[in-house]
Amino acid sequence: MKTNNKKSNQWLIGLLGWLVACILFFPIFWMFITSFKTEAMAVATPPQLFFKPTLENYVAVQERAAYFNFAWNSVIISVGATILALLLAVPAAYAMSFFPSKRTKSTLLWMLSTKMLPSVGVLVPIYILGRETGLLDTRIGLIIIYTLINLPIVVWMIYSFFKEVPKEILEADRMDGASTYQEVAYVLLPLALPGIASTALLSIILSWNEAFWSLNLTTFDAAPLTAFIASFSSPQGLFWAKLSAASTMAIAPILIFGWISQKQLVRGLTFGAVK
Amino acid sequence: MTSVVTRPQPPSKPKERSSGKIPTLALVAPSVIVLILWMVVPLAMAIWFAFQRYNLLIPDNREFIGLGNFIFILTDPALWISIGTTLVLVASVLLITIGLGTLLAVLFNQDFPGQGIARVLAISPFFVMPTVSALIWKNMLMHPVNGLFAQITRGLGLGAIDWFTDFPLVSIIIIVSWEWLPFALLILLTAIQSLDTSQIEAARMDGAKPFALFRYVVLPHLSRAIAVVAMIETIFFLAIFGEIFVTTGGGPGLATTNLAYYIYLKALLEFDVGGASAGGLIAVVLANIVAIFLVRSVASNLDT
Amino acid sequence: MNKITTFLFSVMLIPLLQACGGESVADEKTRLTIATVNNGDMVVMQDLSRKFEAENPDIELRWVVLEENILRQRTTTDVASQGGQFDVLTIGSYETPIWAKRGWLKPLDNLPAEYDVDDLIDPVREGLSHEGSLYALPFYAESSMLYYRQDLFEKAGITMAANPTYGEVEEWASKVHDPANGVYGMCLRGKPGWGENMAFLTTLVNTNGGRWFDMDWQPQLDTPEWESAVTFYVNILNEYGPPGASSNGFNENLALFSTGKCGMWIDATVAAGLLSNPEGSQVADKVGFAPAPVESYPNGSNWLWAWSLAIPETSRSPEEAQRFITWATSKEYIQMVADESGWVGVPPGTRTSTYENPNYQEVAPFAKTVLNSIESADVERPSPLPTPYKGIQYVDIPEFQAIGTQVGQQMAEALADKVSVDKAIEKSQNVAERFMRHTGYIEDEASEQAKNEVEQ
Repeated sequence: MKTNNKKSNQWLIGLLGWLVACILFFPIFWMFITSFKTEAMAVATPPQLFFKPTLENYVAVQERAAYFNFAWNSVIISVGATILALLLAVPAAYAMSFFPSKRTKSTLLWMLSTKMLPSVGVLVPIYILGRETGLLDTRIGLIIIYTLINLPIVVWMIYSFFKEVPKEILEADRMDGASTYQEVAYVLLPLALPGIASTALLSIILSWNEAFWSLNLTTFDAAPLTAFIASFSSPQGLFWAKLSAASTMAIAPILIFGWISQKQLVRGLTFGAVK
Repeated sequence: MTSVVTRPQPPSKPKERSSGKIPTLALVAPSVIVLILWMVVPLAMAIWFAFQRYNLLIPDNREFIGLGNFIFILTDPALWISIGTTLVLVASVLLITIGLGTLLAVLFNQDFPGQGIARVLAISPFFVMPTVSALIWKNMLMHPVNGLFAQITRGLGLGAIDWFTDFPLVSIIIIVSWEWLPFALLILLTAIQSLDTSQIEAARMDGAKPFALFRYVVLPHLSRAIAVVAMIETIFFLAIFGEIFVTTGGGPGLATTNLAYYIYLKALLEFDVGGASAGGLIAVVLANIVAIFLVRSVASNLDT
Repeated sequence: MNKITTFLFSVMLIPLLQACGGESVADEKTRLTIATVNNGDMVVMQDLSRKFEAENPDIELRWVVLEENILRQRTTTDVASQGGQFDVLTIGSYETPIWAKRGWLKPLDNLPAEYDVDDLIDPVREGLSHEGSLYALPFYAESSMLYYRQDLFEKAGITMAANPTYGEVEEWASKVHDPANGVYGMCLRGKPGWGENMAFLTTLVNTNGGRWFDMDWQPQLDTPEWESAVTFYVNILNEYGPPGASSNGFNENLALFSTGKCGMWIDATVAAGLLSNPEGSQVADKVGFAPAPVESYPNGSNWLWAWSLAIPETSRSPEEAQRFITWATSKEYIQMVADESGWVGVPPGTRTSTYENPNYQEVAPFAKTVLNSIESADVERPSPLPTPYKGIQYVDIPEFQAIGTQVGQQMAEALADKVSVDKAIEKSQNVAERFMRHTGYIEDEASEQAKNEVEQ
């Protein structure tokens, strides 16, 4: 009786879980489907679920814009910015979490508050700075900007992960005479690695999807996928199917990357999991 | 751990070291310095411009006008409306994503067939670029004539809802919630997974009802993760822009103009550098007020 | 674990090094960076430009294609702050005189004889000139006109007039309006924006005898002319418009009309070619064309817009850039498009020779209406009352983008029935006055001096 009840319960939970998953995923699925329709089919009433798929949108998109250049820029910029942010953030977070001072908390809060400066308001000054330094339309320029944008969150997340590392472990090592370097490299980093990895993933995702600076500071050489999308949204004429194809291409890499790494993400984000 | 006054010292004598000799300042300094530059340089320029009549398109009209820009912005009824809209937007999306996120996290913590795949599908919206998701929702789902929702409701004989005209802010809230619910779900789910199962079992043995279990065991355990979600989300929600730009253009009227969009109108539509700088400074002040209230209450939650 | 970390980091370092390395600049080709919008005709230009590159082996073209709003913001930022990122800009009739006045564009005075400048249609050329010099070459130009469904009109027993009036249009809208079968009598732009709903609404105000500003730059929105125009606009869309009219722009209306959901639509002439093309339009054989309706003053009832190519002052290769823009706007280019994809697809509205070509007249039943609309568009006299500005559906001052967009917001709000027409007009007038005072156009104790400067 009891087991029966449990089974039907589980069945219900499964149904509910799948229902929620399908609802949340539906818009993406619909976009994916639309990318294989012709433009006329994409706006047809009633909406068509069964149709002869066509690849013409993908061909048209690739003909007009060199997808791989954009994608490669996206990869380099988001990975580059993430590495740079980590290099700056790990030492800072280490110092703040293990040797906090009176100012640590306010420093952290101040860092986060820098993220609240509205970026549109400072575009013109930054653009002029970019012109003076010759960093307009360079990957390095965008990497620097993204590093600065993501740094507060990266510092803050790594700080929380470090906080989870039990101090006894470090102290025990210290008793054994481990150097600071050894302590960090062999004890702390391995323990916090899942956390750092998930922070890196988050930073990559945020950089990949950032659409204000990438559109305004790049022209050709450094233009990432957000610029690619901007060349397909709302032209004159019917565009839904081509836009769907371009969107699918733009989000596919990060989506697949996210799917593969989500286990890692889940593991790393587990607060208090490091025991 | 004792608090530290820092003295930079090369870590060459590891065995003698104590926490006092770790060059904490040197470690924190790079991050702080670049962020200060990132903050201060534009901020200084913004302050400089805010006192001038300076439109990028009319450079010869540039002159010092004192508080003129601030008066112009502060007497603009649109500013106050947009601040209200910003707060409503942030608060409601926070409520939705954290509320639903917690429930979904409990749901996806259960074992059911295909749970892994279902979870992957559910978190996917987080990876989609904001502009792309706004375009999908606007053109393919919520459009009152060609959109899927309208076609379904009309097929059922209910007529169509004109989302962006009749419920503009609600529509934006739905879109943003859809994007960020997965993020909340992801973090809360991981937090739940770290919950000690023996604790639940023990409580269940004591005869706790599922609701009581949730309220008194799961929720307290999640409080810290919820604080993390609230903090990160607030930072991003204050700056929501792409979704509004793509869908409603801030309208109809000012129904969906938030502070970020308001400053965009100043800065990039009018190229009023002076006005936008003044607006930006006002926004910084407001953001810091929010930071003091919200972030501090959240941060106290994080300290333990 | 440590090895893995080291490995991961070294793998991640590769892109970072790549980023630092930059591009290798080995060849001696001149690189032209071209900023353009993603409209259909520009996409064709991008395709055909391979021929230009073949003919000019010393030039390499680099395309930056963006949607209109982002492009405008991007190029304005660059040009105004002397960023020097572009060699060729795609700009409209609105920006050209403003930017020319600032000295941001290169004047195009010495065009080759075979370019035949005099072949450009007069109002278009005039709109792109400043103090007698041409500053941009028109790529395609458009006016506005009335599209209607011939089959529905026939069924309702309506004959289209040669020069319809807004009164007639309203009557026809009531007759073809049939929401039960998914047909709405009248589709119009409602999405807020100076280039969206205000473009149409301004023509409606013009033909009602109104204007944006008087000769002292006082906003003239709280006048009976505006009131009657806006009342008409709100009423006709509320009675006979599609749902969600207040968020429909050009594209949304195009989608509605081409899927057979509109009885009539007044919008850019560029839609004529798109609606006649059976590939994207389900009503290709049913669409009819008529001039934009008029009320009391015909001159301002149809707009004029030319997407044009210009060279910024900051371009490092102005000569090569001029070679490209004369190629892309030449008669030979039009012929080339005709050879590739037929005459119906050539960029319209720029050259008299296109409209004289019998091949074009044959395939484009709308050609005559378009040409008449463009030729009758008078940018100097958009309103029966004198105006200090130039432009039919816009005002050629930098502040107009902002004023137009904010007024557009008010109009969308009135359209969505959130405020009354009177209230919307009152608020619009306030908005316009605030702006004109802030920028020093109109009297304000503190800005007397600034006003004098502007007027110089």
